[in-house]
Amino acid sequence: MTINSLIDTPCELTDSASNKTAIVLMTRVRLARNLAGKSFPGWAGKAERASLLETCRQAVAATPQMKRALNVAVDELTDLERQILVERHLISRELSGSKGGGGVVISKDQTFSVMINEEDHLRIQVLRAGFQLKKAWNAINDFDTGLEEQLDYAFSPTLGYLTACPTNLGTGMRASAMMHLPALVIAGQMEKVVRAVNQLGMVVRGLFGEGSDASGSIFQISNQTTLGEAEEEIIKRLGSVLNSIVEHELNARAKLMETDARKLFDKIGRAYGILQNSHLLSSGEAMNLLSLLRFGADLGVFPDTNRAVIDRLFIEAQPGHLQHAQKGEFEPTERDLLRAARLRTEFANFPRPNFIINGQN
Amino acid sequence: MANPLKCDFCSKPATVHLTKIVSNKVHKVDLCEECAQAKGVTDPSGFSLTDLLLTTALTPESATSSAKCEQCGFTQADFKKQGRFGCPACYDTFKGMLDPLLDNMHKGITHTGKVPRVALERKSLYDRLTKLELNLTDAVKSERYEEAARYRDEINQVKQAFSEKPAR
Ligand SMILES: [Zn+2]
Ligand SMILES: [Zn+2]
Repeated sequence: MTINSLIDTPCELTDSASNKTAIVLMTRVRLARNLAGKSFPGWAGKAERASLLETCRQAVAATPQMKRALNVAVDELTDLERQILVERHLISRELSGSKGGGGVVISKDQTFSVMINEEDHLRIQVLRAGFQLKKAWNAINDFDTGLEEQLDYAFSPTLGYLTACPTNLGTGMRASAMMHLPALVIAGQMEKVVRAVNQLGMVVRGLFGEGSDASGSIFQISNQTTLGEAEEEIIKRLGSVLNSIVEHELNARAKLMETDARKLFDKIGRAYGILQNSHLLSSGEAMNLLSLLRFGADLGVFPDTNRAVIDRLFIEAQPGHLQHAQKGEFEPTERDLLRAARLRTEFANFPRPNFIINGQN
Repeated sequence: MANPLKCDFCSKPATVHLTKIVSNKVHKVDLCEECAQAKGVTDPSGFSLTDLLLTTALTPESATSSAKCEQCGFTQADFKKQGRFGCPACYDTFKGMLDPLLDNMHKGITHTGKVPRVALERKSLYDRLTKLELNLTDAVKSERYEEAARYRDEINQVKQAFSEKPAR
């Protein structure tokens, strides 16, 4: 499979068919693995990195999950192609900016991806739409076991899988979920949630933008520690934290509807108007407007079937995807014009909001 | 009044005090205004306390070891700079420095999760093969032919087992 055909296949990151998973958009599990007796990528010389890349690419490509996969060195990709892969969560920014010897293998359906010579020799990842922690773990566990048939992993009976950074030691596993939490954000409760989740040994961060920027009210929640606990226990603990966040979000939604429905409808109505009519939209603003429409769909203001369009645009309104669709590279201001134009077209025939929900209006 | 707390990085009076609870263990970091800025502490979600704990544990005072990884040439100073190790063997070389760090960083200090059974079996077969081959050479050299024949048989058995587990 080529990079072009991969990019032209839209990725289904969200499982819009199921209303129940509306709050958890996507689940991801990542495993860090290294080869025994070899320097970690950050310390290995150029020649060693090149030979590690070759060894890993061959082994990964030989797995059944990677049949007809995209298998490329990062050097072979253009800046724009790298950016698109970052926006789809298929590679990291670090790998995208790496200085040679980096590679990636991505399965045809874009659910499996393996980064080579990022911080570790192998960073295996599985993406699943919706709330699918256990399925994602089972899938990546099988894949990892298959890969181990061909590669000698660096492993210590006491410390587990040995990783470049001691923060990933042990299981080498980072499990996470991408959650849409608009009501907790509107109600100003996110900080409280972040603190509580931190105390439970989990980390929360905003998904779009760098670091703390949480435009779109989308957050990523993941386990902080990797040593001293088996994978299944971590998955179980994370799962119960996620469930409790879902519950808090649902409570915040109920409360908003009870006390502030008009204000909320006003926000959603305005977002609809802006998406249909604006001419300049930054990425951050677009994410926030899309988030409000998605919230609207959850509340029944828009038909449930239209949530898929919104979810797709969360990805496609990102700078890389936008520029690819327009076949060129553009300055940020031009991008804001293009983004607004794209969203005007997408929302031109979007159903009007129906604010009569359970007798309220 | 008790001594004011000092910054963990530069020993100026600390004005920023961070506490984090990871798996029921309390971790504290004290910083002066400048270091807090420099470490991005003012941007609450943009920094990770784990990284901070990692670097504070490795300030010059505690970095006394001059150990060097035999496998890859990595030193403790390199770790301080990068916060990453050079190779898997570094975990043995820098064990002393690492143990207290891990206790702070993780839920426990012993791995209880998945084990790469196939890879480990392959490694133990490989180690056995290497040892048998040494024994064989020795036996031949000192003309203990009966022993040598036994080693050769064993080597063939191990090689057979190997071919059933295709190694790279
Ligand atoms: Zn200081
Ligand atoms: Zn080393």
